[in-house]
Amino acid sequence: MEITLKVNEVQHTLDVEPRTLLVHLIRENLNLTGTHIGCDTTTCGACTILLDGKSVKSCTILAVQANGKSVRTIESVAGADGHLHPLQEGFKDNHGLHCGFCTPGMIMRSIELLENNPNPTEEEIRWGISGNLCRCTGYNNIVKAIEYASAKNRGVEPASTEPQFV
Amino acid sequence: MIQCKTSKAISGMGHSMKRKEDIRFIQGRGHYVDDIKLDGMLYMDITRSPYAYAKIKNIDISEAMKVPGVVAVITGKDLEKYNLHWMPTIMSDTQMVLPTDTVMYQAQEVAAVIATSRYAARDGREAVKVEYEPMQALVDPFKAMDPSSPVLRTDKPGKTDNHIWHWEAGDKAKTEKVFSEAAVVVKEQMHIPRIHVSSIETCGCVADYDKINNHLTMYMTTQAPHVLRTVFALVAGHVGLTEEKIRVVSPDIGGGFGGKVPVYPGYVIAIAVSFLVGKPVKWIEDRSENLQADSFARDYHITAEMAGTKEGKILATRFKVLADHGYTDAAANPSKYPAGLFSIATGSYDYGTAFVEADAVYTNKPPGGVAYRCSFRVTEAVHAIERMTDRYALEIGKDPAQLRMDNFIKKEDFPWHSPTGWIYDSGDYHAGLQKAMDVVGYADLRKEQVEKRAKGELMGIGISTFTEIVGAGPSKDFDILGIKMFDSAEIRVHPTGKAIARFGTKSQGQGHETTYAQIIAEELGIPAENIQVEEGDTDTAPYGLGTYASRSTPTAGAAAAVAARKLRDKARKIAAYLLEVSEDDLEWEPGKFFVKGAPEKVKTIQELVFAAYTNFPQGMEAGFEATHYYDPPNLTFPSGAYICVVDIDKETGGIHVRRFVAIDDCGHIINPMIVQGQVHGGLTQGIAPAMYEELIYDEAGNILNGTLMDYLVPTAVESPKWETGHVVTPSPHHPIGAKGVGESPTVGSPPAIANAIIDALSPFGITHLDIPITPFKVWKALKEKGAYGK
Repeated sequence: MEITLKVNEVQHTLDVEPRTLLVHLIRENLNLTGTHIGCDTTTCGACTILLDGKSVKSCTILAVQANGKSVRTIESVAGADGHLHPLQEGFKDNHGLHCGFCTPGMIMRSIELLENNPNPTEEEIRWGISGNLCRCTGYNNIVKAIEYASAKNRGVEPASTEPQFV
Repeated sequence: MIQCKTSKAISGMGHSMKRKEDIRFIQGRGHYVDDIKLDGMLYMDITRSPYAYAKIKNIDISEAMKVPGVVAVITGKDLEKYNLHWMPTIMSDTQMVLPTDTVMYQAQEVAAVIATSRYAARDGREAVKVEYEPMQALVDPFKAMDPSSPVLRTDKPGKTDNHIWHWEAGDKAKTEKVFSEAAVVVKEQMHIPRIHVSSIETCGCVADYDKINNHLTMYMTTQAPHVLRTVFALVAGHVGLTEEKIRVVSPDIGGGFGGKVPVYPGYVIAIAVSFLVGKPVKWIEDRSENLQADSFARDYHITAEMAGTKEGKILATRFKVLADHGYTDAAANPSKYPAGLFSIATGSYDYGTAFVEADAVYTNKPPGGVAYRCSFRVTEAVHAIERMTDRYALEIGKDPAQLRMDNFIKKEDFPWHSPTGWIYDSGDYHAGLQKAMDVVGYADLRKEQVEKRAKGELMGIGISTFTEIVGAGPSKDFDILGIKMFDSAEIRVHPTGKAIARFGTKSQGQGHETTYAQIIAEELGIPAENIQVEEGDTDTAPYGLGTYASRSTPTAGAAAAVAARKLRDKARKIAAYLLEVSEDDLEWEPGKFFVKGAPEKVKTIQELVFAAYTNFPQGMEAGFEATHYYDPPNLTFPSGAYICVVDIDKETGGIHVRRFVAIDDCGHIINPMIVQGQVHGGLTQGIAPAMYEELIYDEAGNILNGTLMDYLVPTAVESPKWETGHVVTPSPHHPIGAKGVGESPTVGSPPAIANAIIDALSPFGITHLDIPITPFKVWKALKEKGAYGK
């Protein structure tokens, strides 16, 4: 069936099977391959995107359910001029990624997390990203990355990004 | 603080340089296998066995072929025509690609459906009708050698039991004598259970066979692309796919952790199908398939014994292993080491007598064994020795930290010869443990524990002081299918002084693009920023054995330094020529040669490289490039001292990791930020098997937790805040004094956690619990000891 949706501010009209998962539409029809698939039980969150501003696991939404809605993926997060978003900068500067496979989903989830809670505690961050699995980082530096972005967003100087390696 | 010889602009060794690879990953511009799209590409899905052990009576593909979009269905009978229905494993056993008559584990590949979309392929997979005759599965490895158990490998002529191999190291007679005379002997039966790496990206490939040119390009999730190219040529050479006609490309890989070393049937089927159909074929497994069918880790049953004096001097150890390998031996080991490097199990302690032996058996489970940051079974070895060290301390009533301090190999005794034949390169174990104790405040914690115990509260402190063995390995002893375990680097510097460097390893997130550039920057003074690092394309990268077992820094890292030094020698010759002095009159500092005593007479590396193309001495070869294949003289032996503090809820058995201090010694550090990141990730992959993860099978061979719903990968909530630090004891034989480190935290941390929990429970007579130690297990143990509710 034909659906119309806005993806990263671009309007698309597409003919999709009703069973097509949104994640596949994003990756295969639109070639936005930053959004990843890491499981088949809605556990890992590697496919997290923003749907009308809410972070959702795009493997657990049918593409047709996004009809008339607005999708944001990792590809839209940096500015058109190449300027990185504070979260992207935070992940890079704090070594919040290794293999990079969970990173797009982590960042998309964190965007909403910081919108809802601009100055989260460490515990709030950890619970806030508990729908996103990472196998490489052990999460500590992801927490630091989100704290960094939170500070930046609030106009506060972020804490040092030097590793605390005694 | 780590000393740096180079400026931040150069960012050689010791700088926490931000990663070059991040810029694409944080913008969704990584390039992973499932991102690949080729013209005419077909999709493959796999019908899998619902039974652990069954005869295949019939496979009916007729309904599947009617599914719109389905192009072909391939069974074992189809592959048999090309002799591709079986393939060799790394351990020279044989593994089915697709079965012709029997399935050996639940979720085994039975038929492959090829279709125009992944949805159609899935429809087709569901429409394949397979008629099975189920048989009683062999699940318990302890029953594998019972005469009443079925002989699983009836395909192997003359095979009359399920025994795979027996292996041993050390001195059996001497060990028995020490044990028979020792004042104290402690013994525990332990299981290091079957677990799974579960990298967030599963395995997959795009096989692209070009009929016109008789050329295969294989994009795939592999940690060892060159070895796989050779394996593919060995398996498919008879149909014309010889090695120069195969290009393996390992693009960005979404985590490996050892799970992407083996050759899986899916890869081979995809190649066969692309060969037969003449179109690119994509196969991407889903998470359940990954957990249920791909290489598992561990599954060692260990009878562990330690002998010592009443005062706490370790005299000998004896470890007897029963290894469950599944239905074939596809463990990813060097060929001479069927039990990997388990014989490192004497650990960090100075005693002269040990005996280790292992027997491996077949069961109706998927193959694997070596994966998940194990460094070839070192996880198992370290768990055994570190558990028994605590067990011994408990037995004689001695503080486990003091017992370790009293038994450590001393700094001055390296290189140290172990009773099982290893030569440890270097270490300062006393310094490591002392630092960990200082950071955690050990003495105060023990006081606090006494107070807590008086109040009936459960608090435990666990230590693990481990020695790793990584960087396989010397050609004398180490090979994979005959190929010696060297690795390589090729550096080419362009006329304007910027470089491209390629390696025989393959990063899966460990930061090689950044850290290899730093090694070259250190040696040549060219800014790391200007050194483009590539791995994974077998057409362009020099042959290497791949990345696993923390071998990249010890092998390819060494090759990078040696190749760069060849270039520095060339630069020195050019500098002497340009400055009109003898080479001996020149002095080097990162980035330039200058005349001794006349520092104004100087040539920068950029000027020297330019001269290598524009103005070089007569008789010198033009250009500025070097290659090195490095055959390591020994492995590297990084070490660590980890201390874990837990609080346990007596009512629920709930375990809270209050503190975890990890002091690692991996010699000279290339990039502290990246080392710390590896340690964080590895510790989280240590708490996972220690407290959460286990692949569980029932008596019929059904996997009971084959999805992420109940295979419990830790989230940010479960993962503790790690406290990390280092001491530096360089490897004397390594060109830059560096040791591997990637797996140390996963090797070292599970026994620290287990020791902490058991320490908390020890007042109730609990001396051992198998990992994963869950709240239920704690509650049950307390209940059995009559301690629950007291």
